[in-house]
Amino acid sequence: MKLYCLSGHPTLPCNVLKFKSTTIMLDCGLDMTSTLNFLPLPLVQSPRLSNLPGWSLKDGNAFLDKELKECSGHVFVDSVPEFCLPETELIDLSTVDVILISNYHCMMALPYITEHTGFTGTVYATEPTVQIGRLLMEELVNFIERVPKAQSASLWKNKDIQRLLPSPLKDAVEVSTWRRCYTMQEVNSALSKIQLVGYSQKIELFGAVQVTPLSSGYALGSSNWIIQSHYEKVSYVSGSSLLTTHPQPMDQASLKNSDVLILTGLTQIPTANPDGMVGEFCSNLALTVRNGGNVLVPCYPSGVIYDLLECLYQYIDSAGLSSIPFYFISPVANSSLEFSQIFAEWLCHNKQTKVYLPEPPFPHAELIQTNKLKHYASIHGDFSNDFRQPCVVFTGHPSLRFGDVVHFMELWGKSSLNTVIFTEPDFSYLEALAPYQPLAMKCIYCPIDTRLNFIQVSKLLKEVQPLHVVCPEQYTQPPPAQSHRVDLMVDCQPPAMSYRRAEVLALPFKRRYEKIEIMPELADSLVPMEIKPGISLATVSAVLHTKDNKHVLQPPPRPAQPTGGKKRKRASDDIPDCKVLKPLLSGSIPVDQFVQTLEKHGFSDIKVEDTAKGHIVLLQEAETLIQIEEDSTHIICDDDEVLRVRLRDLVLKFLQKF
Amino acid sequence: MDPECARLLPALCAVLADPRQPVADDTCLEKLLDWFKAVTEAGSSLLLLQENPCLVELLFHVLKPQDLSSRILSFALRLAGTFAAQENCFQYLQQGELLPGLFGEQGPLGAAAWAAPTVRSGWIQGLRSLAQHPSALLFLADSGAVDTIFSLQGDPSLFVASAAGQLLVHILDLATRGPAEGHGRPQAQDWPACAQRVACHLEDCLCSEAAPRVTQALHVLTTAFGHCHGLWTQGLWVQLSPLVARLLEKDPMPAPHALVELLLSVARSSVPSSNPGLWETAAQTLSRLSPMQAGPLAAGILKLQDCPQALRTQAFGVLLRPLACVLEATAQVPGTPGLLEGAAGDPMAVDTLPPSKSACVGLLCSTLAHLELLQPLPQRPSPWPQAPLLAAAVTILRFCNGSAAPSSEVGGRLCTMLVGCVRVQRAALDFLGVLSQGLGPRELVTQVFAVLLEYLMSPDSSPTVLKKAFQATLRWLLSSAVPPGCCDLEPRAQLVLRELLAVLQKRLCSPCWEVRDSGLEFLTQMTRRWGGQAGFRQALLASEVPKLASQLLQDPESYVRASAVAAAGQLSSWGLLAAPSSPEHPAGPQKTPLEELLLVLTTDTEGFPRRAAMRVFAEWLRDGHVAVAEDRERFVARVLQAASGDLDWEVRAQGLELALVFLQQLLGARSPGAAPPGALAQALRVLCRVQLFEFAFRSLFDCDRPVAQKSCDLLLFLRAKAAPSSSPQEAGDSPDVAPVEAALRRWRAGEQGQPLGELAPEAVLAVLRSMDLEALRDTLAKSSDHVERSPQSLLQDVLATVGVLGDNEADCY
Repeated sequence: MKLYCLSGHPTLPCNVLKFKSTTIMLDCGLDMTSTLNFLPLPLVQSPRLSNLPGWSLKDGNAFLDKELKECSGHVFVDSVPEFCLPETELIDLSTVDVILISNYHCMMALPYITEHTGFTGTVYATEPTVQIGRLLMEELVNFIERVPKAQSASLWKNKDIQRLLPSPLKDAVEVSTWRRCYTMQEVNSALSKIQLVGYSQKIELFGAVQVTPLSSGYALGSSNWIIQSHYEKVSYVSGSSLLTTHPQPMDQASLKNSDVLILTGLTQIPTANPDGMVGEFCSNLALTVRNGGNVLVPCYPSGVIYDLLECLYQYIDSAGLSSIPFYFISPVANSSLEFSQIFAEWLCHNKQTKVYLPEPPFPHAELIQTNKLKHYASIHGDFSNDFRQPCVVFTGHPSLRFGDVVHFMELWGKSSLNTVIFTEPDFSYLEALAPYQPLAMKCIYCPIDTRLNFIQVSKLLKEVQPLHVVCPEQYTQPPPAQSHRVDLMVDCQPPAMSYRRAEVLALPFKRRYEKIEIMPELADSLVPMEIKPGISLATVSAVLHTKDNKHVLQPPPRPAQPTGGKKRKRASDDIPDCKVLKPLLSGSIPVDQFVQTLEKHGFSDIKVEDTAKGHIVLLQEAETLIQIEEDSTHIICDDDEVLRVRLRDLVLKFLQKF
Repeated sequence: MDPECARLLPALCAVLADPRQPVADDTCLEKLLDWFKAVTEAGSSLLLLQENPCLVELLFHVLKPQDLSSRILSFALRLAGTFAAQENCFQYLQQGELLPGLFGEQGPLGAAAWAAPTVRSGWIQGLRSLAQHPSALLFLADSGAVDTIFSLQGDPSLFVASAAGQLLVHILDLATRGPAEGHGRPQAQDWPACAQRVACHLEDCLCSEAAPRVTQALHVLTTAFGHCHGLWTQGLWVQLSPLVARLLEKDPMPAPHALVELLLSVARSSVPSSNPGLWETAAQTLSRLSPMQAGPLAAGILKLQDCPQALRTQAFGVLLRPLACVLEATAQVPGTPGLLEGAAGDPMAVDTLPPSKSACVGLLCSTLAHLELLQPLPQRPSPWPQAPLLAAAVTILRFCNGSAAPSSEVGGRLCTMLVGCVRVQRAALDFLGVLSQGLGPRELVTQVFAVLLEYLMSPDSSPTVLKKAFQATLRWLLSSAVPPGCCDLEPRAQLVLRELLAVLQKRLCSPCWEVRDSGLEFLTQMTRRWGGQAGFRQALLASEVPKLASQLLQDPESYVRASAVAAAGQLSSWGLLAAPSSPEHPAGPQKTPLEELLLVLTTDTEGFPRRAAMRVFAEWLRDGHVAVAEDRERFVARVLQAASGDLDWEVRAQGLELALVFLQQLLGARSPGAAPPGALAQALRVLCRVQLFEFAFRSLFDCDRPVAQKSCDLLLFLRAKAAPSSSPQEAGDSPDVAPVEAALRRWRAGEQGQPLGELAPEAVLAVLRSMDLEALRDTLAKSSDHVERSPQSLLQDVLATVGVLGDNEADCY
């Protein structure tokens, strides 16, 4: 059993598991942090961005000044943003049989894999995952395609040139594999390969293994996966949460008794407690708005935003903010808000019960009804008519490199009354802000990551007790910035196996058993013999029939009939005769009694030596040696067949035959 | 006993003796016992029984085999004990063989009723009351009761077991108390047989292998040394201390908590003066117990007024050890002088911290709590290691928020165990606050403020932790004034203040109401202390805090509104309150603080904000707030009008307090005598104009007693100021008081709707003189159930309950 690790990002995993005869890809995450190296794509012409000076080497050589621009001491690539794909060379991706998706954030690289690698398999995911994943992809494509950029920079990627660049460009990995965003056509084609599944549904893969999605509590439709055969069980835990937010709670019990548990998608900010961060978010929002400033919240169009809107729903009246407009701007804003209300079966119990009242499960419906929350596809159109300040704007993309957020950063960045509040944990907020410097607006970092923290992981592992844990290397050591925080790492026994990008792990367990069915007529013919209370044995002579990873023992063909003159011999009867079977022996030989028996039968001068594996009985007079071990007994005598047979019979007296 | 009660008594006894008429209310029986106890203490029990034979009949009746409830049985046992406390009555009851019947083996002891814990408890309490004289001791010895008491020590009911232990102590005390000198005989071998039996029993228990028996004996001894002061306790200690010392040598030590309690109890008694060996035992115990068990002993020793210095040093070392470990865990250089000289590298010190999280947290919390209690005591250890203790508190807080850098394996463990632990955070913040009473090195105080700010800023601080952080910060700010007692903030505190206000700003916007509330309380206290100080005023006015505070007057949570009222009141007193405006109504008409708070008083639906507003108004009046001084009369009139109609009695009571302040200001509170006639007449006219009398007279008949009491006090004060001056004769024409008296009569009758109308000052004075305010005050001083608490009423109640039962039975037919 092997694990091919195609992504180095612990929360955007992409691993391939070879298990029995299947090749299963676990998630298909797309590392978008690469876009932080690029200049933002403004929705309207930005004189500031277009007038940034080109970057030249220390020696004054300016051949890169068209590709690289300098802003407040940082260098950015002036090109269409590109993404860092999972490894495509480590394993032939056309051999992947299935892809299991655990949540909508972990499927963003799907079009690259399904459309460009010769992949012919099936993708499995839950319905909300697919629907919201589609929205995220649609938003991404829309953000990038609606601001076409002629320039595509590639010179800087040359290894010799890259070495000369300042950090972080110099340290960017695998830049040659970075790719531009996919198209909507590729998205649609990729999504058409997905087969929808429900929690606890058992899916047979070629009869060899069974895969089952379990609720992971992190997002709408998010799942962990169980991959099991008859005798082995691998759990894949990715992006799970034990907090009470909107999704169905996490199913922990089904993860018990795993041989291997692959653990990914833990919280990216283990020191930030989501509750505290929500409080921080609300306080800073109120403080800004009360002073007449605007609040910008760069966010994804689905996920934590639902919880934030719910908190604000409860908070705005108490904070005296009910007249402040909240704007949600995204090409998929409307769909996202409406989708969230229709996936009742995937929601937590509280929200499910609301549906029967009947009430919309999320209170943002009421915010929309009362005109407190308004949503728009983009800043163009209706929004410009309705726009009123001070206000709160939720919009993408959290990287601040594309989407409507770029416009608001340019618009509000100059006033210290305004605040940008970062709630998504995927991007370093300082790096995200770098191309907007100098910036007067206040920046608040309240990352809300509801995924498991290390305390919860340690409790989970204690409860489900897997034999082995496999996780990204980042989880096996304290965070580099807080090397003393030994509590911020996975702590389990035996220690977790770690992996990094482009590594192949041999998972530490061997398959010992395979299930074989016995046909009823064969079973009928067996005559079990009890050798110990509760244990019976029977000898079986059969033909092993293997097809579609299923093994069946069938009765052996009848021994060939004595050939009568008239009967024609058929080809199928031409099977070698089964040999007469020797009886099978079982039991152990008590050495003392055996020696006594030997003496009784006239052997003398017997010596017993203990060896590592058993005993040696020496019959010195007869120059014979009897080696008794756990699973074998040897009688070694020189050419004295009579003596050997006598000794053999004495040995056999102590053993059972059947 | 009054005749009416004596008349009711036979009926009561009949009811109690009748199993068909169960007494519904248990508390009745308790009240009856209290009453009988009071009666017997006031006079002769024998006489009582002779005059009321029904009582003895009741006791005899209980002895008959029947289906009496266990409650009545228990009551009878306790009643008999109460009577038999007097020796002649004891003899009287003995003659009738009543006592052996009740307390001996032929009584409930051998019957099925004994299974009820309440009967066993009654039996013990009866004996406890009875055991007051030598005859009782003989009775106890002869009836075999002592053995039963021994066995009841292990009773499954904790109340019974504990009472049995206490009874044993009482028997010991009674038996060893010399009839002549009252101090008792110190030598155990001279004790009477009964006492010796108890002592032998305790010896047996202490030698027992069964831990519960050892614990029982230790509890009895703890009670004995804690409550009895006779010389005999010294003898007892001489006899038993070797056995106690032997317990220390056992591994594991049995009942360590009980042992600690015993040692502390003995140490606080008179034993140590004659028996210094105790200190050795204590020292030995300290070194044998685990850190968790030794903490209470060490803290107890340090609280003793008089104890050897070596033991105090040892105890302090034990108490400090966990904190020394914490300091050691972050010491950059091994062997840095810490809390304990020589603790560095000491393997014991490393083992001090238990490996499990809950035990470690418990140890740290209890250590911090002990030290917190010790700090203000005069007998606290000297020199007090203020600086290392400060460092330890700061380090613990840093471990809890993950910012401490551990330098050892223990440190790593501590880091994992303490991160995010709210319990330790609260304990450490409390302790840090207490440490503000002492000074500390400059750099350490800087660290204290830094860590407090970290806690105040952290989004992860829980509301309770935040409250404690605010409290500790305030204490440190107060202590950092230089020179001590000066109200100016020192430059460093001034710097802290700016950061504090930035945090406070955010906290006042928190979605969690507890946080907003503690933020406002902190603001109120800071303003009270430094409202007049230029640096503070400047920093505060430069922040959003005053504006946010006035916005919170509209908070949806009533507690927060109340705190906002207090804060606004305080800010306004110092002229620091910004005009409130909200983003909802940016250009709305601006109200003055007075109007704002009057609005709260008249319109808020919850009591807390209205009470807070009244407190602020009283303070404003007292301190001469500028808004009040403009037109004091109108201010008082408006507030009293609002308060008089309030449904909350506390608001009305505070209204009367405010009225008293006003009265004192008008008439002069300081001068004890009467006010000069001219001033009085003028004052009375003002009081009539603000309608203070209407409010005060109405309040006299308020259904809430505290309001009526306050009103009574107010009117008495006024009468005292007015009395010697114009008497009706001097005033010439007597004023027309009839309408006032008529109104008062109606109010007394509960018709509150009638207004009093225009009042003439003379009429008020006349009414005041005619009223018996002193009698009213006395009536009001009695608790509202004083009528219902009389024994007669009690007896009638018991009978009435049963009577009602009888009626119901009759109805059935």
